Amino acid sequence: MSAKTRMIEVRENVLKQNDIVARELRRKFHDAGVFVVSMVSSPGAGKTALLENTLTRLRQECRVAALVGDLATENDAARLARSQAPVKQIITGTVCHLEAAMIDRALEGWKLDELDFLFLENVGNMVCPSSYDLGEDLRLVLMSVTEGEDKPLKYPTIFNSADVALITKIDLATAVEFDATAANRNIQAVRPGMAILDVSVKSGAGLDEFLDFLRARRADAQTVLGARAAT
Amino acid sequence: MHELSIAMSIVELAQEEADRRGDIRIKAVHLRLGALSGVVKDALFSSYAMACDDTPLEGSRLVVEDVPVIIFCKQCDGQRPVHSTQMFCCADCGTPTGEIVQGKELLVVGLEVEE
Ligand SMILES: Nc1nc2c(ncn2[C@@H]2O[C@H](COP(=O)(O)OP(=O)(O)OP(=O)(O)O)[C@@H](O)[C@H]2O)c(=O)[nH]1
Ligand SMILES: [Mg+2]
Ligand SMILES: [Zn+2]
Repeated sequence: MSAKTRMIEVRENVLKQNDIVARELRRKFHDAGVFVVSMVSSPGAGKTALLENTLTRLRQECRVAALVGDLATENDAARLARSQAPVKQIITGTVCHLEAAMIDRALEGWKLDELDFLFLENVGNMVCPSSYDLGEDLRLVLMSVTEGEDKPLKYPTIFNSADVALITKIDLATAVEFDATAANRNIQAVRPGMAILDVSVKSGAGLDEFLDFLRARRADAQTVLGARAAT
Repeated sequence: MHELSIAMSIVELAQEEADRRGDIRIKAVHLRLGALSGVVKDALFSSYAMACDDTPLEGSRLVVEDVPVIIFCKQCDGQRPVHSTQMFCCADCGTPTGEIVQGKELLVVGLEVEE
């Protein structure tokens, strides 16, 4: 006698656990009035370098902090700590991306309402982080000029999960014969309308514009939240 | 490679669902997988077998339905497929658009069970 086979219909999001925690985080961040910016890129595109610079400069005018994810080592946190801002390393071990629960755990005991900006540096990886919402307000995807103009075409999903593209190490553009037009075209092809900023931590190019951009996005978010609270 | 942790979540979800429904054995799990889910299908298949080891789902199959990207095209005033994930424009009229309607799915939609 063979058993009878039948089909049960279900509808369950596989990432439901992460999405629930991320939604909860987003609510906490909004309640505390902290604007949360995450950074994704391939290894070595310049996340930590840009973040160190950003923390150092923003610290002069507001309250900033950062969490940084890496498979191993506390090196990036040590570099970021030079900015004097509160920084915490998340060692992900074998996990190749940050998940909302890791952020939640790392923030235990933090007074979020004493922060204006919180930055999250993801593990250097152009694939896996795209599936995981971290509750951030803004996701930046970085690509350096040394990686080639076709990065967006190779990793369309990560570009699609991000809000803004940063082209980093722009000081090296000439040396590596970086084709900015092609890069912009490729970014627009995978994510039409995406904002693109060029930066260099070495030469300082684009850094003022980047900070202006962050301040403006934070102000926009506060206006939206303020309007929502008033109704 | 995050497919193993995704596969483990799938196995866990399926098992919970089965437990809720009593004495049944899962023969196959049906999954809807969006082209923008960030999950690589081949890697998911091999991870699934691993994730099933030493669980009641050992020996079960993973059946994947690919979900293409659908965007909302203002020009056509309707939902349309995209040209490709490398070229986010309306497959009908070519207008670039980022308004995604479908394609990020990672959903367990069915269980083939034996009772
Ligand atoms: N020329 C130049 N080099 C840069 C710039 N930004 C970063 N670098 C160099 O690029 C290398 C990698 O930079 P990181 O900031 O560590 O990159 P990352 O993305 O944090 O790397 P992971 O965390 O390992 O993924 C370092 O040697 C930096 O000095 C830049 O604007 N110009
Ligand atoms: Mg780093
Ligand atoms: Zn159209």
